[in-house]
Amino acid sequence: MKLKTYKKKPRIVRSVILIIVAVIQLFPLYWMLTFSLKGNNEIFGGNILGLPKDWRWDNYANVFNQTNIPKYLMNSIIVTAITIVFTLLLSAMVTYAIVRLKWFLSKTVYILFLVGMMLPIHAVLLPLFVNLKPVMNTYAALILPYVAFAMPLSILIMVGSLEGIPRELEEAAFIDGANIYKIFFNIIMPLLSPTMATVAILTFLSSWNEMMLAVTFISNESFKTITTGVLDMVGKYSTKWGLIGAGLVVATIPTIIMYILLSDNVQKSLAAGAVKG
Amino acid sequence: MERSLRDKKAICFFVIPALLWFAAIALVPIFQSTYYSFLKWDGITASKFIGLENYINLFQDQLFLKSIVNSLILAASSVFIQLPVSMVLALVLASGIKGENAYRTIYFIPVIISSTIIAQLWMKVYHPTYGLLNSVLGMFGLDQFKSAWLANSSTALAAVFIPMIWQYVGYHMLLFYSAAKSIVPEIFEAARVDGANDRQIALKIIIPQIVPMIKACVIFAVIGSLKSFDLIYVLTRGGPLHSTEVPTMLMYTEIFSKNQYGYASGIAIFIIIECLVLTLIIQQIFKKRQEA
Repeated sequence: MKLKTYKKKPRIVRSVILIIVAVIQLFPLYWMLTFSLKGNNEIFGGNILGLPKDWRWDNYANVFNQTNIPKYLMNSIIVTAITIVFTLLLSAMVTYAIVRLKWFLSKTVYILFLVGMMLPIHAVLLPLFVNLKPVMNTYAALILPYVAFAMPLSILIMVGSLEGIPRELEEAAFIDGANIYKIFFNIIMPLLSPTMATVAILTFLSSWNEMMLAVTFISNESFKTITTGVLDMVGKYSTKWGLIGAGLVVATIPTIIMYILLSDNVQKSLAAGAVKG
Repeated sequence: MERSLRDKKAICFFVIPALLWFAAIALVPIFQSTYYSFLKWDGITASKFIGLENYINLFQDQLFLKSIVNSLILAASSVFIQLPVSMVLALVLASGIKGENAYRTIYFIPVIISSTIIAQLWMKVYHPTYGLLNSVLGMFGLDQFKSAWLANSSTALAAVFIPMIWQYVGYHMLLFYSAAKSIVPEIFEAARVDGANDRQIALKIIIPQIVPMIKACVIFAVIGSLKSFDLIYVLTRGGPLHSTEVPTMLMYTEIFSKNQYGYASGIAIFIIIECLVLTLIIQQIFKKRQEA
């Protein structure tokens, strides 16, 4: 949809609107970058807005030497990776059963998962806090709820996609004597892989950024994820803005890398997730 | 093949793990929450069944009522400020402008960054002495407008809502944009032949065509506002003087600071019901519009 006939003037107005909003969206982030490279004497000495005069790269070195940010990042990566693997595998399995296998509760189970999509995670904070007591302060305290709450949307998206995939490949494999498990792992999983990429991105964002459970279920330093970790770091080094800024930037880097690599895909996934939701 | 598709063992193998996981972590707790909401319980000593007393108390609790009003103000600002801004951006971008993809990508960056980081950043933006906002005001000689934004109970609410709205403008923009992009281009060509200008195309063709997406966005914006927690937790914890209290924050305080498990569960159940009811209302409004 490229509309080619433009009058000059509205085009300038439009560009101005777009640029102003772009500045509003980016300026706070740009400002975070600048103060992450300043020392306290500059920040508290009047140079709040400008570029650093003395570029303090050591703020970044200190994030790695003094703070627990690397540890928190590692924890987030572990929790998120395991969450994604389980979400993909379990959702794909249920999807296969719902779309291809023949059993009378198939619809009911599907609806049950769909209902789950409307449940806010907040509503189960207390029961989970009670039920998960034995695993508090382990990765499991986060992975268990993250997977459970990621499954409904994943299943919805995967069902939509598997319904559109013709059955010929599977039928041929059956004739060749493959059993149902082989068919699932060797044919269905690969066929669903583009959809799985979408689901993986959505699950990454929701579990990487989750905060309410992360701050309540993990108080042990060695299992904290980045969302809680950042709060701790800020509390601990509250007066060292440069260090805090660098810590915030480092904490954002994995997301930004993912976004740069997959930007179009991320946008499509979120749009897809929303349309389905 | 037909027989293996009905194989009970296979069906169990594919369904049971996910179903058990989901039921144990998501479904059962909802029933627990409902049950807790009828109890007087501090989580330590024995609980006592008190029927609807928690709910009756909730609606007499000024703080709770205030928190609902606050979350509704947030919902309204989302619908009437954030969505229109997103819509304008989406329409401008969808009309085909140089750098379309770059703008889209930029607007979307805050959406993917974790709210903790966004909140910490805005904490610095609002810092009374060294913050971005007061520095900019000072630069323009507007010192009399400087404020301790988050510590002042008359500005705190707006101060926590602005980052929330700021963060998700790009999200709704993207949804509107992708809906507008999925309209068949022939419609625009036909309109253009008939002499329609860009504004007419946007108002008379694009917006009516993407009503389903507008409805979805209104629902997301409202539900998202009613459930908002992260930024408030980091920025103000509901303070100062409860001026930024929202239901989720109140629930959190009731559980972890006051050990009012029953009362807090009442709030949790209220949030679920409130979300359902508002979703239904929004759907009805849109249905009426379409019929009219």
